[in-house]
Formats: sequence, structure tokens, C-alpha cells
Amino acid sequence: MGQQSESIVHEAEVHEAHHEQSFLMKYIFPLDHKMIGFQYMFTGLFMAAIGGYFAYAFRMQLAFPGAEVPLYGFVDPANYNMLVTNHGTIMIFWVAMPVLIAAFGNWMIPLMIGCDDMVFPRLNRLSYQVFLVSALVLILSFFVEGGGFGGAWTSYPPLSAAAEYNLTNWGASLWLLAVALEIVAFLLGGINFITTTMNARAPGMGMMDIPIVIWMINIAVILFMSSVGPLVAGAVMLFFDQRLGTSFFMPSGGGDPLLWQHLFWFFGHPEVYVVLLPTMGIVADIITVFSRKKLFGYRTILYTAFGTGGLSFIVWAHHQFIAGIDPRMANVFVITTILISIPIAEMVFSYIATLYGGSIEFSTPMLWALSFLVSFLIGGVTGIYLGSSAMDIYFHDSYFVVAHFHYTFFPITIIGMFAAITFWFPKMFGRMLDETLNKIHFWGTIIPFNGLFLPLFLVGMAGQHRRIADYTQYPDLASPDLQGIRIFATVSMVIMLLFQFVFIYNFFNSIFKGKKAPMNPWRATTLEWTIPSPPPHGNFAEMPTVYRGPYEYSVPGHDEDYWPQHIPPKSNV
Amino acid sequence: MSTHGPIATHRTATGIPTGRLAVWWLMASEIFIFGGLIMCFLLFKFNNAPGFEDASMTSTTAGAFNTFVLLTSSLTIVLAHAAAERGDTAASFRYIWFTIGGGLVFILVKTYEYSTKILHGHTLTDNIFWSFYYTATGLHALHVFGGMVIMAIISFDVRKNYNLQRVELIGIYWHFVDIVWIFLFPILYIANF
Amino acid sequence: MNEYLDLGLISSFVPAASSFAGDIDFLFDMITIIVGFWFIITLATLFYFLLRFRRREGTKAQYITGEKHSEKVWTHYPHYGVIAFDVFLIGFVIVVWVNVKQTLPANEDTIRAIGQQWSWSFVHTGEDGKLDTEDDVNTVNDLHVIKDKTYHFELQSRDVLHNFAVPAFRLRQDTIPGRTIKGWFKPTESGTFDLQCAEICGRGHTMMMAAITVHPDQQSYDETMDAIRSGSYESHFEKKRQLGPVPLPFTVSKTDKSTPYAIELAKSF
Repeated sequence: MGQQSESIVHEAEVHEAHHEQSFLMKYIFPLDHKMIGFQYMFTGLFMAAIGGYFAYAFRMQLAFPGAEVPLYGFVDPANYNMLVTNHGTIMIFWVAMPVLIAAFGNWMIPLMIGCDDMVFPRLNRLSYQVFLVSALVLILSFFVEGGGFGGAWTSYPPLSAAAEYNLTNWGASLWLLAVALEIVAFLLGGINFITTTMNARAPGMGMMDIPIVIWMINIAVILFMSSVGPLVAGAVMLFFDQRLGTSFFMPSGGGDPLLWQHLFWFFGHPEVYVVLLPTMGIVADIITVFSRKKLFGYRTILYTAFGTGGLSFIVWAHHQFIAGIDPRMANVFVITTILISIPIAEMVFSYIATLYGGSIEFSTPMLWALSFLVSFLIGGVTGIYLGSSAMDIYFHDSYFVVAHFHYTFFPITIIGMFAAITFWFPKMFGRMLDETLNKIHFWGTIIPFNGLFLPLFLVGMAGQHRRIADYTQYPDLASPDLQGIRIFATVSMVIMLLFQFVFIYNFFNSIFKGKKAPMNPWRATTLEWTIPSPPPHGNFAEMPTVYRGPYEYSVPGHDEDYWPQHIPPKSNV
Repeated sequence: MSTHGPIATHRTATGIPTGRLAVWWLMASEIFIFGGLIMCFLLFKFNNAPGFEDASMTSTTAGAFNTFVLLTSSLTIVLAHAAAERGDTAASFRYIWFTIGGGLVFILVKTYEYSTKILHGHTLTDNIFWSFYYTATGLHALHVFGGMVIMAIISFDVRKNYNLQRVELIGIYWHFVDIVWIFLFPILYIANF
Repeated sequence: MNEYLDLGLISSFVPAASSFAGDIDFLFDMITIIVGFWFIITLATLFYFLLRFRRREGTKAQYITGEKHSEKVWTHYPHYGVIAFDVFLIGFVIVVWVNVKQTLPANEDTIRAIGQQWSWSFVHTGEDGKLDTEDDVNTVNDLHVIKDKTYHFELQSRDVLHNFAVPAFRLRQDTIPGRTIKGWFKPTESGTFDLQCAEICGRGHTMMMAAITVHPDQQSYDETMDAIRSGSYESHFEKKRQLGPVPLPFTVSKTDKSTPYAIELAKSF
């Protein structure tokens, strides 16, 4: 009776709040967290397509310099710079963050903590709208006179600060404006995420009962909020340098170009963990479900996440070892940088320990999650080389760096995204993805991925530097062997891109024609699996109460091998 | 329980009202923005960048007057909050408009300062000090102006005895704007170290 | 250091032509052994678990929280190993770093490199061994040094950031407008090596390349300097670049292969 009356009150409230449900309000200006999550996801996937297309164009240029790239055309150096710059910017700001944090954060925070929406639905919508504007501004910047910005995603001044140097007058300013707007969107969204997680948890859900993915998204948001501020200030200063003629970063007027590097990397390094942690959380959820095991050391993983986040604030200068900073400073930063391997190693060991004694099922989400661990491990250990200041004298701005961070960012962004999509697809769309096509797509992505980036370590070791449109101009880098490696990488990439069409087909085909998904296809314990797929407006017909932690799998003395969070203990018979 | 908005908005697992929590987080992120700017300023200053002796040209009197105005307006917003807590919406409405008036005086004095400085040839691009002066105080003035607009909107709600908790939220924000000024005033107006 | 351990992972790609190149190569090999060890152990454990604990009918997973001390040690012990290796590694890294970047050994000559969009200008000291005197020798995109001599370099920039990079020396250093950055190197192999700009510097970044020629002896160096002074110098850089079109494994280029890409593109500026 009590439950029923609560649900009536709930219905009344929802009716009060969202009685307008026209097409426009439902799909274009929604307040519902799930629809906003979709908006973020589809915008992110669209931007990922642009970023991938850019990568295709410049990789083709590297393999076959000077040739017309099919479906793109001739890549001149200005064009090449624009492509690499915006590939990086898009993939980090318009793919990794919106998909991993905003899309899955929006979807999963209210579902997993057991409430009906984010605490500020209108702030949520505003956040997406600002984000959308930022994406449009970025796309606009490709088409203004002079072309898109080509000063690398780090946009070091003086190159980025004066049109006479970068020759992309409005391209540079619009690029900066787009990044600033994107940051504003995520500050707004981030406040909403943290407040929701702190305040809107279902009754009975203590801090240590929150699924690890929600923890990770929130830690990421806190990292983001506390690292991005100086960059916002820096962006204002850089924008004034570009448009109003100040000289904050221009040595000619008494400014300091290195200051920007400090501001940028003070944000830039925590940013790596901002995108890493949500994926770590997604992977934790997936490996517990598919090994039917409790997460090994929930608290340990949480503390290592905090430790990594905290350490990430004091390592930024390892990006600037040879940028002209005081060489004595490098010794401090090499220590802090190598120290990061301590919490991260502990975290990865805990994940592997979770598999011990499990009953592991190799479903597609699990394959993605495991491949994340392996690939991220490669990214992690190669980071040891680059964090070593003396090694960085040789590897700074070389392809070793490129290979290293693609072995971190690709697993984080792309593998993490596919893991999450294949895992939550049944919940999001109420249909199952085709498992065979899923597996084809998985192997068709993961093998060429290694074929693409492993060779880049080799050319990096050969001394190949970054952001060059044609290496065959350099006598020492032009040997047929090295060019063969480049061609191999490019061919791998094209194969990988082609396999994405399998996913796109599977995705859209399954939305409309897939097998109907049950409420809990993976027999998981967290709250989002206790409601119909897809969840109705308002999510829970009856607001849940939480009785236990999120990973109670294979509990001794319990019949089922999973014990959902909302089932009262007395039903344990 | 209010019947407005989703259930989520009315939960308080931490015991802190959701609105207040969100404003605190907003302030937390703003602190890093102003903190970054002030940090950059100090770095230039301690590296003896040219032009920082111009700090003596800023009008300490105008700055001190503005400090006084801003601190007074912080007092009035506290009074507005207290009145709202009592349920005295008319008094709360009045005090909010006192605060808006304080903000207006602040901006007028600021405008006067800007125009005299520009007439003396100290524009944004004069040197790094003036660049920082206009950027920092401009960004701050923007926050003052934004706060005034939000207060005006809130005040009419308050008069209708609606969303009274928002007086406290804008109060927190206004104190923050005040504190930023407390940091800007000495480094831009007083100190010539 | 490199006598003790030399896998030659880097020097099989690029010659090691400076006094500290061997140290950096040694560091690379050492890190490879350490992280390779960890990497293989971790992967082996992971794959063993995946194989051993794959789903079988009738078996139930174990219930391990990982919160008990006896369980936690399984992640702690390898973790202590990581810390031990970290400390070991940091020690070596700092020694090499201090040697290459933090100390400035006494020099026998000085060179100055000035980056600008998009070429390198080099200043050689001439006979008096001092910069900024009458007999300085200026070159563009061609730097000349002598084997086994210790050089100081002064890096400057006229516009944006550049990076003075000589892979064969295992040396990179940013140049910053408005500052002079000092450092040192000592070539140990003669030959002509690529000198790159490794920091993006605008549209022509791709084309901002130069060559450093290490002369085997003073005589060869002096002859080149005289040739530069008299104007009869034939650029080593251009000579090296024109060794012929790059033989590619296969080619799909529709553009005229006799024209270097960069020169063709220079028209678009």
C-alpha cells in the first residue's frame, strides 16, 4: 500500500514536471536524463566519425605522400596540420568526454543510484546545448578563411597566439572558443553529476554501495573541475592575445610562452585520468558481471583512483622536460611521474585478481573489457619510458609518444566506448545486439588496432618526429623499411575503419530489428537491471531501496549466483 | 514534499540541500579559474616582468571605496537571507535590491576608473600589468553583473513567496564575488612590491 | 654504461653518434627489460586466469572480497616489486639526465642555432672560437662540427617555438623566442645526419629540415668553412637530399615524382 501511494505521488510529480511531451520537447529539448544521454552519445559518435575521417586522410598522406587521398583529396601541409590538430582535439574533447562521461554518466548515474532523473534536469539540458554549440563552432572553424587551426591540440603560443605565425586567423580563435565552450558545458554537467550522486542516492545506498563506475565518473568530474580552471583563465588570456593584441604569451611584449604550457598541462595531464577513470569503472562493472565475482578490493580500487587523481596534479611538467624549463625541476617531476605507476599498477592488479576463481564468460562486452586491460597495459608500460626524463630527451615529440598515448587513449575512448555500448545496449534500446556481428567487429577492430599502433613505436625509435606531412623528405627517415612500416600502419587503419561499418550496421539494425531484451540479460546486480528495458520515463515504477553493495555475485549460501542490490535480505531463501 | 521537478531534486542523502551543494561545487570550480589567473599574475610579478610598477597608477581610493561598497552589499544580502528565513518577503525583496544597488555603484566606479585609465593611454595592450588589470577586473565585473541579473530575477520570486531558498544560494555566490575582489584589490591596487 | 648491456634496440635504427647516445640507448634497453618482465608476468597471469577460470557447467565462482589482509597481499606483493623497480629506475634516469642536461662540461667550440619559420640558421665561431665576431660563419640549414670535440650550443628563435633535434645524437631541445637556451653535445661518429625541427611551428613545419655534418678532422672542417666563405660551397644538406627519389615498396603517387613534395607545395604559400 505504502509503495503504491509513493508511486502515485511519483506519477503526479512527473506529470507536473514534464506534461509537455511533444516531439520537440521529447527529442530536441528533452529534460529526461536518458534522452540527454542519447544526445551526447550520438553527437559524440558523429564527432568520432569526423575524427576518424581526419585520421584516415592524414595516415593516407603519410603512407602515400603527395597522392590524392580517395574521398578526401590532396593533403597539403596546412591541411595536414589542420587534420592532426583537429583529430586530437575532437577525439579528446568531443568524443572521449561526451561519450564516456556525459553519455554514460547521464544514463547510468540516475539508474544506478536508483532515482528518476538528474537533480537539475534543465541544467543538464543547458549543458548539452552548450556542448552542441561548441561542436558546431569547431566544425565552423574548418570552413573559415585560412582554414582550420593547425597548431596542434596543445596550441602552444606564440604560434597559436598570432595570426601572422599560424596563418589561420579565425580558425585559431574559433578553435579556442569551441574548446572553451566545451569546458563550460562539462563544468555545468559536472556539477549536476556530483550533486546527483551525493544527494539523490536511493535510501540505504551508502558511499561504499555505489557501483564503481559511478564513483569513477564522479572522481573524474572532480579532477576535471579542479584542473580546468587555470586553463580557462589561460584560454581567456590566449583569446585576448589573438583578438585584442595583448601579449600574455608573446615574448615580444614581455609575455611568457612557457606559461601557457604550464597552464595547459596542469589541465592536460589530469585530463588523461578524467577520461581514463570512467573507462576503468565501466571495465570493473563488466568484468564482475562476466566472471560472476565480487570486485577484488572495492575500497582499494577506490583509493587507488583517488591516489592517481591526486598524483596527476603534480606531474604536468613531464610534458615539458625539454621545453626550456629549469633542468633541476625535471628531477622532481620524474619522481612524481614514475610514482603514478604505483596506484595504477595496484588498480590493474586488483582487476586481474577479480578474475581469479571466477566463472568467466567471453561475451563481447567482456572481450572489450579484457582487451582494454591488455592494451592499456602496453600504454602504461611505455609511459615509463616517456616519464623518464633522460629517455624523453630522445623521445620527446617523436612517434614513440604518439604510439604511447594512442595505446592509452584508444583503449580508453574507443575500446571503453564499445565495451559500454555492447554492455548497456539492451538496457538503452530494449533490444539485443547481434552477437556474431559483435564478435566480428571486435576482432576486426582489435587486431588492426595493434597493427596500426605497434609499428609506430618502431618509427619512433628510429627518431621520427611528430606532425610532419611527408617523412620521405628526410634522408634518414626515408628508407623503404621505415616507409613500409608506415604503409603497414595505414593499411591496418583502413581495415579497422572498414570494420566499423559492421558495428554501424549492427547498431542500427539491432535498434529496430534486434531480439527483444529481457530486463536483466546479464544477470547483474546493480539497480539499472531491475527495471524494464528500455526504462520508462521516470525510470523506477517504485523507488528502490538498497540493501547491499553492488557486486554480490556467487554469494555462498545464496541460490542464485547474483544478489541484486534492491532485494531485501529476507527473500534469501 | 514539494510537487515540483523530479524526485531526485528533493533527495538529500548528504543532509545538505541540493541547491546549496551545487552552488558550493560551482564556487569550487570558479576558485580554480580566478586562482589560475591570480597565480599567473603573481608569477609575472615575481619574475619582475616589465610594467608592473604601473600598479602605483591605479586609484587606491576608488578601489578602497569599491571594497567598502561590495562588503556592504554582502551585508545586505545576508540580511535578505535572514529576512527570507523569517518569512519576511517584503524585507528580503528590499534588501536584495539594496545589494543590486551596491553592485551598480561598484560597476559605475569601475567604469569611471576604466575611462580615466584609457584616457591616460593605459589600454589593455599597454603592457602585461594593464592586460592583467583589465582581464582580472573585467572578469570580476562580469561576475558582479551576472549576480545582479540573477538577483533581480530572484527578487520577484521572493516577493511572490516562491523559491525562498534561492536567496541563500545567490548569497553564497555574492560572497564569493566579494572574496575574489578581496584578493584582486591588494594585488592590483595596493601592492607595489 | 653501455658496455654492460647493449641490446641495440635503438642503435639498430639510428646510429649512435654522440657521447651520451650510448647512455640513453642503455637506459632504453634497461627499461625494456624491466617493464618487459612486468608486462609478460602480468599478461601471463591474466591469460592463465582466463583459461583456468573460464565458464564450465556446474562450477560456481568463488566469493572473494579482496578486503581481507590475507587476500590483499596478492596484489600488494607484486606492487612492492613495482616500487622497488621504480626506485632503481629513477636512480638511473636522474644520473643520465644530470649528465646530459644539467651539467655543462668545458667546451672546445660553440655553435648557435636560430630557428625561424621555416628554416634553421647556424652560426659557427670561425677561427677565434668566439661567437659574434667578424669571422663568424653563417649557414642556412647546414651545421658543421668536428668529431670528438665538445660543443656548446646556443638556441634562439625569431618567432615561434622550434625544437633543435638530432636523432643520431639522441638530442632534442626546444627553442623559445626571447631566450637563449644553452646545452652541449660531443659528436663521436662522422657523417651527415638529419637535423629536425621537432616542435610544430606552423604551415612549413614539414619542410623545416636541416643537416648536421660531423667532420672526421679539423682539415675537412676548415676546407668546408673556406668553401662557405668563398661561396663555392655545395650544401651537404642538399647533396644528401638529392641522393635520388626515395625508393618506395610500391607507389601510387599521381604527382610528378621528380619534384620533391615540399618544393611543389611551397607554391601554395
